[in-house]
Amino acid sequence: MKPFTRVTALACPLPIANIDTDQLIPARFMRRTRKEGYGPVLLHDLRFEADGAPKPDFPLARPEYSSAGFLVARRNFGSGSSREAAVYALADFGIRAVIAPSFGDIFAQNAVNNGLLPVRLPEDQVEQLLASLMAEPADITVDLENARVEAPGLALPFTLDPVWRTKLLNGWDDLDLTLSHRAEIEQFMARDAGSRPWMMPDPSK
Amino acid sequence: MTGNPPRTLFDKVWQAHVVRTGEDGTSLLAIDRHFLHEGSHHAFAQLADRRARVARPDLTFGVADHYVPTRRGAGRSMDPAIAGMIERLERNTEEHGIPLFGLGDPRQGIVHVVGPEQGLTLPGLTMVCGDSHTSTHGAYGALAFGIGASEVAHVLMTGTLWQRKPKAFRVKVEGILGPGLCAKDIALHFIATIGADGATGHALEYAGSSIRALSMEGRLTLCNLSIESGARCGMIAPDDTTFGAIAGRPFAPKGALFEQAVEAWRQLPSDADAHFDLEITIEAGDIAPIVTWGITPEQALPVTARVPDPARETDPVRAEAARAALDYMGLAPGTALAEVPVSRVFIGSCTNGRIEDLRTAASVLAGRKARVPGLVSPGSSGVKRQAEEEGLDRIFREAGLEWVESGCSMCVGMNGDIGQPGERIASTTNRNFKGRQGAGVRTHLMSPAMVAAAAIAGTLADCRPFLAGRKP
Repeated sequence: MKPFTRVTALACPLPIANIDTDQLIPARFMRRTRKEGYGPVLLHDLRFEADGAPKPDFPLARPEYSSAGFLVARRNFGSGSSREAAVYALADFGIRAVIAPSFGDIFAQNAVNNGLLPVRLPEDQVEQLLASLMAEPADITVDLENARVEAPGLALPFTLDPVWRTKLLNGWDDLDLTLSHRAEIEQFMARDAGSRPWMMPDPSK
Repeated sequence: MTGNPPRTLFDKVWQAHVVRTGEDGTSLLAIDRHFLHEGSHHAFAQLADRRARVARPDLTFGVADHYVPTRRGAGRSMDPAIAGMIERLERNTEEHGIPLFGLGDPRQGIVHVVGPEQGLTLPGLTMVCGDSHTSTHGAYGALAFGIGASEVAHVLMTGTLWQRKPKAFRVKVEGILGPGLCAKDIALHFIATIGADGATGHALEYAGSSIRALSMEGRLTLCNLSIESGARCGMIAPDDTTFGAIAGRPFAPKGALFEQAVEAWRQLPSDADAHFDLEITIEAGDIAPIVTWGITPEQALPVTARVPDPARETDPVRAEAARAALDYMGLAPGTALAEVPVSRVFIGSCTNGRIEDLRTAASVLAGRKARVPGLVSPGSSGVKRQAEEEGLDRIFREAGLEWVESGCSMCVGMNGDIGQPGERIASTTNRNFKGRQGAGVRTHLMSPAMVAAAAIAGTLADCRPFLAGRKP
């Protein structure tokens, strides 16, 4: 996984609340494999008309935002379905971080597991950032080492779960860490099977 | 035990599953049940990349639900893309020795209906599935939550999952629900009160006299909708209602083991003075039959109300969200909700596809005709058989609704059961998101009795007059 330390890129403002994972990736596209890529279908029904033409009033549909590296959105971003494809769509499009006042819990976990940074900022700061980006498109910097968003005229500190921060900074996933505890897991499960024998599925009549 | 701090139901289940706690405060939890469905293909691809095996196939179960056609059987052909998704699940589960309740299996159904039905859902278990409505199983006092594909792959490969402990949030519901009301109304009322992200970062526990009085079906509906308030899980302390619902289920413990289990389960309820970070009390008497009017479950009001006017909303962000919602929903501020015409109805899903839901809808529909077309999809093949034994299928058919096989169907639209752009659907499902039931489709969420009433009226409608004199 690609580490996230300090990234400077164009930020696309999406002044919309409750962008759920059904918006991020409509269900009908979820049959594709990851290899086919999810970037073209990110926010598909908000970006495109039924005939496939881009919707001009939707910022991310405009050519100038095709190189966007960040999204700035309103509250409850990524709520809803646990579909990790919502994160694949963002990542495959080139989005490295999303800035919003709140995130769906499962989405945020999925994001971190794919190197995408969920930046939580207070609502008034997000509104400030949105206003500035809508007035004038700009590159911003998300600095995870110093936990700070830098935009023209703004320096906004944020906090992130320290575990998530470490994972993102190093590009780690959990699996190798967990597998290093394999013996401990097996001991736990053997002990547990003794103390909770009723836990095992029992298909007998 | 004396000297130990008081613990919540959640604490007790959590602590019993901690394999180790990292220095950073996250815990590695042992997972007791893992359900897979057609959407699990991303996780199996990750396994294949690592040439890894499944650590606990004995605790893992596959269910075909998200993509299964609801009109199926002899002589019917299947969309090759959908058939491919189902075959992929069959191949992956077979390769790893995982039992599958697949297409044609009498145990097939929606995973969150099948788990309890098969006795796989038990109090005190940790349960995960790559589906956000896994919170459903918390109704039995299990710690159950939805996970993403990378986490599915992690559980498959290790039988464990790293989690940071969420905060505790108790929702007390006290008193007696009015006639015609059910768990769906409690849930939508709660979500409208705290917001769709109001419980983010928290584990919910539902308590109080109204919750004790709920059937298991009602409790499952309530816990199912926890995720729509932002909470990854919602739990209810197990009691005699719970134990009675488990006894005799196919995979449940039996004989002396069942007695031993019940003994352990009786220790699970939260201690009297356990700490909750947040708490809210709802009076059941304040709850009315609720419908959603917008594009998030928090945008919900009693059916007797009018479509809200965004201009009266003081918070500019909420006002903008309401305007966008009304624009998508094609609704004008001030319109009486009970006058909004619907073009289709849907009864089913992991939220409201259980036998009690079908009985309630049938009690409204019996001897009446639906003015609009609609689909009734039982939550499982077992629920379907039960409903047919009770003659409910006949009531739905005679009312003019289509009685079909079990699956996620119009709740998520992956199997092709979707509406047409601009259509307005009264639905017993869980999400009224834009495009959830098809591009441009407008969804109103409500209880099974309310959907049945809407079918008869052809508009959103108060179910209570339709239930007068009938057994709910």
